[in-house]
Amino acid sequence: MTIGLVHWLVLSALLMAIGAVGVVVRRNVLIIFMSVELMLNAANLAFVAGAHSLGTMNGQSIVFFVMTVAAAEAAVGLAVILALFRNRQTVAADEIALLKW
Amino acid sequence: MHPEAAQQVAQVAPYLRYIPLLPLVGVIFHLAAGYRFGRRAVGLVACGSVAASFALATMAFLTIFNGPAGLAIVDPVYEWIASGDFSATVSFRVDALASVMVMIVTGVGLLIHVYSTGYMAHDEDYARFFAYLNLFMAAMLVLVLADNLPLMFVGWEGVGLCSYLLIGFWYKDPEKASAGKKAFLVNRIGDAGFLLGAFTLFWTLSDMGAPSLAFETINAHAASFAPGVALAAALLLFVGATGKSAQIPLYVWLPDAMAGPTPVSALIHAATMVTAGVYMVARLHGLFEAAPLAMQLIGGVGAATALMAATIGIAQNDIKKVLAYSTVSQLGYMFLALGVGAFGAAIFHVMTHAFFKALMFLGAGSVIHGLHEEQDIRRMGGVMNKMPITHATFLVGVLAIAGVPGLAGFFSKDEILASAWAGGHTGLWICGVLGAAMTAFYMTRLYVLTFRGEFRGDHHTWAHAHESPSSMTLPLIVLAGLSVVGGYVGIPEALGGHNAFANYLAPSVGHHALGIASETELMLMAVSVGAAFLGMTAAWAMYSRDPRADLGIARSLRSVYPRLQRAYDVDALYDYTLVQPLMRGSEKLWIDVDVAIIDGAANGTASAARGAGGLLRRWSTGNVQHYMLTVLVGVAVVVFALTLAGGL
Repeated sequence: MTIGLVHWLVLSALLMAIGAVGVVVRRNVLIIFMSVELMLNAANLAFVAGAHSLGTMNGQSIVFFVMTVAAAEAAVGLAVILALFRNRQTVAADEIALLKW
Repeated sequence: MHPEAAQQVAQVAPYLRYIPLLPLVGVIFHLAAGYRFGRRAVGLVACGSVAASFALATMAFLTIFNGPAGLAIVDPVYEWIASGDFSATVSFRVDALASVMVMIVTGVGLLIHVYSTGYMAHDEDYARFFAYLNLFMAAMLVLVLADNLPLMFVGWEGVGLCSYLLIGFWYKDPEKASAGKKAFLVNRIGDAGFLLGAFTLFWTLSDMGAPSLAFETINAHAASFAPGVALAAALLLFVGATGKSAQIPLYVWLPDAMAGPTPVSALIHAATMVTAGVYMVARLHGLFEAAPLAMQLIGGVGAATALMAATIGIAQNDIKKVLAYSTVSQLGYMFLALGVGAFGAAIFHVMTHAFFKALMFLGAGSVIHGLHEEQDIRRMGGVMNKMPITHATFLVGVLAIAGVPGLAGFFSKDEILASAWAGGHTGLWICGVLGAAMTAFYMTRLYVLTFRGEFRGDHHTWAHAHESPSSMTLPLIVLAGLSVVGGYVGIPEALGGHNAFANYLAPSVGHHALGIASETELMLMAVSVGAAFLGMTAAWAMYSRDPRADLGIARSLRSVYPRLQRAYDVDALYDYTLVQPLMRGSEKLWIDVDVAIIDGAANGTASAARGAGGLLRRWSTGNVQHYMLTVLVGVAVVVFALTLAGGL
C-alpha cells in the first residue's frame, strides 16, 4: 500500500482534533498553548501534502508564513502567560475568567 | 369732513394708544416697585394712570361727540401679523360705540380704583391687587378700542386672565382658588367658539377677496355671505359671548366669581368685563343682522337667562350672590335687546347697568366691610342707622334697577321692552316684564333685609359696625348721581325727548325707529312700571313685616323653593353630565390607556430587552475555553453546512 494524499490529510485531521480537544479540555494555559501549536502544525501538514500532490510550491510557501506567525505568537503568548502568572499566581484557564458578566 | 373736525381728529389720534398703555405702565410699576414704595404710591399710581386714561378717553369722546355723524378716530400703531394676504394691525379706533364703552370702562373703573384704595387698605397684597386691577383695565381697553377681531381677542383673553387672577386673589382659600379656575375654564369654552367664529369669518372673507378681520370689513361684507356661513359665524361668536357675558348655558361661573374681593365683582363681574359679549355683538351688528336665526336665538337665550337668573335671585341669602344673579339677569336683558335688533338699547342698558350695579356692589362691599365680612343678609338688618351714606346710595341703586321712573334703569329697560314689542316679539316682551317684576321684588327684599328693621347678627358685630371711609363713600355718591341722571341721555320720544343716545350710536350700530305709536309706548311703560311697583310693594310688605318671610315661602312652595336656592341644581347637572364623565373618562384613559398601553409598551420593550440580555449574558462565562468551544462548534457547523450544500 502506498501512502497517498488521503493518509496525510487524515493524519492532519487527527492532529487538528487532538489539538482542539486539548485547547478545550486542559486547564493549564501552557498545555492549551501547546495544543494550539499542534493545530497550527496540523494545518502545515495539510498544506505540504496538498502542495506535494498538486506539484506546486504554493502550499510550501504558505507554511513558512504560518511558521513565522507561530513563532511570533509563541513569543507574545509566553510573555502574556508569564505576566499572568506573576499577577495571579496561577496558570489555570478557569481561574482567570475575568471577562464575564 | 369739516376741516375743523379733521384737525381735531389728527390731534387726538396719536394719543389713543396711551389709553390702554397707561394702566399697563401702572402694572409694571406695581410689580417692580410696588412693595418697595408702599401703599400710598401704589394707590396713587393705580388711580392716576386710570385717571389719565379717563382724561384721554374724554378727549376722544368729545371729539366724536362734537364732530359730524360717523366720525371715527384711528390710531394705527403697527402691523402685528402679516401673513400672505392677511394682515392684522394693532390699531385703535374710536367711533360712537367705542367712545361710549371707553367712557364707561375708564369712568367706572376710576371710581372703583378709588374705592379699592379704601376697601383693600388692610390687605397684605395691596400692590398685587392693583397690578391685576390695572392689568384688567389695560386688557379691557384693548378689547374696547380694537379695530379688528384678532386684537379684540387679545383683550378678550386678557380680561379673562385678570378675571381668573382676581377671583382667586385670596388664593390661600381653596374654595376661592377653585372659583377662579371655574371661571377660567367656562370662559375657555366660550373662547373656543369665539376663535372658531373668527376663523370662519377669515376663511369666508379670504374667498371673497377681503382677507381682513377688521370690524368694518366684516360688517360691510356680511350681507353678501352665504346664509349658512353668516349663521355659523354668528352662532360661534355668540358662544363666545355667552361665556364672557354669563348667558345660558355658560353663566355658571359668574355667581361663583363673587369669591373675589368686592370691588372686583363691581368692576369686572358687573360693570365692564361681562358686557364684553354685548359689545362684541353690537360691534359686529352687520354680521348678526345677516343671520336672523342667530338673532332669534340670542333674543330667546337672553330672555330665558333674564327670567331664570331672576327667579334664582329671589331665593339667595348671600348679599353678593343676589347681586350676581341680578347681573346675570340684567345681562339677559341686554342680549334680549340685541336679539330684537335694538343694539343701541342694549348699549344703553350696558351703561346704566354699569352705573347702578357697580353702585350696588360697592355698597354691598361697604356693608360687608362695616360688618366684619358678614355676607348673609339673614344676619343683617337695620344697617341704615349705622351707614347712612351707604344706605342712601344703595337705595338709589335699588330704585334704578327696579325701573322706577326718572332713574337710569327705567329708561334703558323700557327702551328694550318697547323694542321687543315693536319688533313683534311679544313672548320676549312678556318675559321681560315678568323679569322686571321679579327684579323689583328681589332687590327690594335685599334692601329691606339689609338696611331696614332690627339687626339680626351678634352684638359684637353691631357695636363695631361703622360707615366706610370717604375713599369708599365718595365713589358711591358719584355712582348714585350717575344712576339718577344716566338715563336722561336717552329720553324716548314718547316722553318728549329725542332719544339722543340712540341717535348718537346710530352711525356705529344703525338706528331702528320703533315704529309704534307713542300712546302704545306709554302704555308699555305703564305696564312694566306697574309690574315693578307690584314686585316692590309685595317684597316690602312681606319682608318689612317679617324678615323671616322666606321660611313661609319655603313651606308653601316646598317642591320649588329649595331648588331655587340651589340655582336649579345646574351646577350639579353640569357636574353629573359633563364634569364627572370627563373625570371618569380621563381616569379611564389614564389607567387603561396611558398606564396600561402606552407606558406598558415602553416599559415592555425595555424589560424584554433586559430579559433577553439577562439570558444572553450567561453565555459570556469569561472562561476562554468556553469561547473556544463556541468557535469550534461554529466552525464545525459552517463546514458541515457547506459540505452538505456541495460547496467544498
